[in-house]
Amino acid sequence: MPPRILPEPTPETQHFWDGTRNGELLLQRCKETGEAYFPPRPFAPKTGSRNVEVFKASGRATLHSYVINHRPRPDMGTEPYAIAVVQLEEGPRMMTNIVGCPQTPEALVLDMPLEVVFEKMSDTITLPFFQPAKG
Amino acid sequence: MKQKSVAVVGAAETTKMGKIPDVSVIGLHADAALNAMADAGLKPTDIDGVACAGISPVELAQYLGITPTYADGTSVGGCSFMLHVRHAAAAINEGLCTTVLITHGESGRSRVGAGGFGRAPSSLMGQFEMPYGVTAPPTMFTIPVLRYMKTYGVTEEDLANVAVIQREWAAKNPRASYKDPITIDDVLNSDMIAWPFRKLMCCLVTDGGGALILTSAERAKDFPQKPVYVLGTGESVETPMVSQMEDFTSSKAFRVSGKKAFDEAGISHADVDHLMIYDAFAHLPLYGLEDLGFCKPGEAKHFINERNTAIGGKLPLNTNGGGLSYMHSGMYGMYALQESVRQMRGIAPAQVDGAKISVCHGVGGMFAASGTVIFSNEA
Repeated sequence: MPPRILPEPTPETQHFWDGTRNGELLLQRCKETGEAYFPPRPFAPKTGSRNVEVFKASGRATLHSYVINHRPRPDMGTEPYAIAVVQLEEGPRMMTNIVGCPQTPEALVLDMPLEVVFEKMSDTITLPFFQPAKG
Repeated sequence: MKQKSVAVVGAAETTKMGKIPDVSVIGLHADAALNAMADAGLKPTDIDGVACAGISPVELAQYLGITPTYADGTSVGGCSFMLHVRHAAAAINEGLCTTVLITHGESGRSRVGAGGFGRAPSSLMGQFEMPYGVTAPPTMFTIPVLRYMKTYGVTEEDLANVAVIQREWAAKNPRASYKDPITIDDVLNSDMIAWPFRKLMCCLVTDGGGALILTSAERAKDFPQKPVYVLGTGESVETPMVSQMEDFTSSKAFRVSGKKAFDEAGISHADVDHLMIYDAFAHLPLYGLEDLGFCKPGEAKHFINERNTAIGGKLPLNTNGGGLSYMHSGMYGMYALQESVRQMRGIAPAQVDGAKISVCHGVGGMFAASGTVIFSNEA
């Protein structure tokens, strides 16, 4: 199996990937409006304000939508897997994989509660995945 | 733009379509361009404006021997050509040039002289989508659909019926890739690609191209073909990442582009005789009918199931068979425009009798961009 395709951080996103490596899901928000946003950038969309801050997200989310890919990319193995978009509690959505449950329509129900987990993929990259909420 | 100030005077597809292993990408651009110039009675030296996506307008101009005073390399995916038409109309009206050639060519199946699909791992998509196993459009364009289905009670059968009805149109088009009738069961029993999407809910992958030539309405009267006037246009873009769409049940780019085009054209939905909605996948006509305002949110499935968009229906849709059955080389928008022009000229294989207004709506990327062109065949 070829090595998994991994992100290459840029100066604007490095804090996010430093965060996942430390077991934290970091988002940003505009300090003027308080609105959280993703993916990372050094200013808030719409307002254009550079007055922004990084904060640790709760890691709680719900399953917003997904597909189950039946033609796996070679680096993803040989079994069908879900590619999901989750709705984070803080407002933004992000793409991810759902782990710790079967990759089937029966197990993956829209709006089910999820929580973030982190999986180390290399010395520099840890990916955030989501699993069915235990709490 | 000013209504009917600019017209299409040349339109053609490549000589062959489907599987063309002996022609490269730039060769497909050129073949389509030469056919469109023949259609308009023009030579390359008569062209002073060029526009294309996929390759650079510099490559196109040099290859054909054109010295342009206007070049548009807008490349926002499969609807780029709708934007090229819009920009060309503005350029002609502003006097930047007189005669614009817009070309498309893509070796989608044979990959002759074609680049790769790769995304830089440092791009936002490379960092925040690619690591989760997305591949080509079938695993990205489809991601919002479960949310749409849950919100409006849309079923897999509803999605399948989009493909079934478009195949009925394709059967009337000799150049369509697939013409044999299919049933909802056929669609639901075809190979699983990315649940809930089966193979027959996904577009074809073919080779081909097309070209358009536009000039002022005043000059258009002197050309051999019946002019097809540009009545209104719109465009917008939303996001390069499908995961960041504002609303998974509706495309903002569709809504903005469509409203702008209808406002410019000064028409109501009841005035529309013929409609093209870029269908890379079976859900796109549903989103398009709703986001363009032909149906209320959630009602497009009923509109299609009641056969309003089928042969004999009140709003003929994707009359060439669409990307699902006619052809899809990668950036399908050009073929939707070609079918609108054929319908307005009155020469389409599945001609809509008496059609006077055609709306042609395109998508680029995975709901990333949109362009809308409204045509009329009355001066």
